[in-house]
Amino acid sequence: MSDLKFPEHQPDSTVRRRLLRAGTAIGAWIIVRPAMAASEDLASAVRAYTGGAAALPGKVKLDVATLVDNGNTVPVTITVDSAMSAADHVTRIALFNEKNPQRDMIRFTLGPRAGKAEVSSRMRLATSQKLVAIAQTSDGRFWSDSIDVIVTLAACIEGDV
Amino acid sequence: MKKIRPSQRRAGGIVLMMLAAAMLAPVLAASSAETGQNQAEAKDSRRSGFEFMGASTQAMQLNEALNPGMLWVKDGEALWGRAMGKSQLSCASCHGDAAGMRGVAARYPAFDEELKRPIGLSQRIKLCHVNRQQAEPWRPENQELLSLEAYLAYQSRGLPMAPAADARLKPFIASGLQRFRQRIGQLDLSCAQCHEERAGQRLGSSLIPQAHPTGYPVYRLEWQGLGSLQRRLRGCMNGVRAEPFAYDSQELAELELYLTVRARGMSMEGVGVRP
Amino acid sequence: MASTVINVPAKARRGEVMEIRTLIRHPMETGFRPGADGRIQPRDIIQRFSCHYNGEQVFGAELFSAVAANPYIAFYTLATESGTLSFHWEGDHGFTQTETVKITVID
Repeated sequence: MSDLKFPEHQPDSTVRRRLLRAGTAIGAWIIVRPAMAASEDLASAVRAYTGGAAALPGKVKLDVATLVDNGNTVPVTITVDSAMSAADHVTRIALFNEKNPQRDMIRFTLGPRAGKAEVSSRMRLATSQKLVAIAQTSDGRFWSDSIDVIVTLAACIEGDV
Repeated sequence: MKKIRPSQRRAGGIVLMMLAAAMLAPVLAASSAETGQNQAEAKDSRRSGFEFMGASTQAMQLNEALNPGMLWVKDGEALWGRAMGKSQLSCASCHGDAAGMRGVAARYPAFDEELKRPIGLSQRIKLCHVNRQQAEPWRPENQELLSLEAYLAYQSRGLPMAPAADARLKPFIASGLQRFRQRIGQLDLSCAQCHEERAGQRLGSSLIPQAHPTGYPVYRLEWQGLGSLQRRLRGCMNGVRAEPFAYDSQELAELELYLTVRARGMSMEGVGVRP
Repeated sequence: MASTVINVPAKARRGEVMEIRTLIRHPMETGFRPGADGRIQPRDIIQRFSCHYNGEQVFGAELFSAVAANPYIAFYTLATESGTLSFHWEGDHGFTQTETVKITVID
């Protein structure tokens, strides 16, 4: 791999691009691309969702195992403390991440017919990172919770068998 | 991986012998005259890979509403009744209701009269598909084949692994044991070095399980799909940079047989979920 | 037609909150992953999921590449009346699937 001897003062993005091109296909389902591919950062993605409004901490509980068995399939449950009445209920919930190729993961729309503001799914996490859940209640306010998850790659590279 | 020093090798050798003794006790007991007493006294240190997983992965396996493997079981149920091949026979045409197949998955790998060697359940299904249904052979890890395998494993859930005490299997079990201990690949590792000497320790951040095939075919999170024991063994061989044995080869059948005999008596888990 | 596993209580009391759990067979190819030849595999994901209760939508979800293969979605809905729960998935390459389940709501 002698072509990977990079000169001293190359900008970071060039180095990363060369590394990615030279790298072999790996078993991981997601490759984290350089920032040029996913220009939004986490805070911007959340702001875009809330239309600029601040998301207050509270009401929302983001439940993920702190050390996952495998980043390909990570169970996630988001619960929002709400009466779920016609007057006071959760209207939507969204989950964002910090280091996947894309900030968005899943979004839900609910209403008073939900009965309980709890949703579950399974996510792909490219690497250890922060996850943020945002919920909007019928009064228009936004609430948030975040969690740091540790994700490690599988120990063995299997390739295609 | 750290080089194994001579002193470690001696200690490792002793540990290996102790662990092998504990794990082989059921295997040896089954073929000795004093079966009952030996089995009762030998403490069973065998643990399913299930016990090495996190709580949420365990929950994923235990609950049929959560287990992704059930998607294949459902497909298997549909395929069981479907007419296939030139014969236009379905599995049900000969085997009847799938519930009557409870116990079948538990006794594989079994000795095949024609091939004169052990074959696993997936190979048995493949042979039926070609010879009886007169259909085109399935490629390895074909989704229909996996669905049928999952469906049959599901019928045997909760039953103990019980390969037949068939004298004809003995030389193949011995061969399988040898393969289990054989160092292979560029990384020069044997199955035993990880799965007996170092079971419960970590490779990277993953806990090393004991390698009992109680959950196969398994929904593996790493694959994001269902796969067979053969696929898993080939994956491990790739992992140590060895040329993997071919699908349906005698070598893989011997390993599968040895692993099953080594796990004799352990509970089958239906369609397992693994990291 | 992709296989699905849908878990809904067979019977519920009026006003009870029912847990609904769904699984569908789908690779959820992210659109970021290179194949063996080094080229990025085209995206193939389910993008939308909805649940209708006697014709009225009671739950919806928008899925992105981050959702794991064979998507699992679980949520709750109030048992209001007997009838039909209809589940709908749609996504890339014209993927569309609907499953219906009957529920009985008792007083």
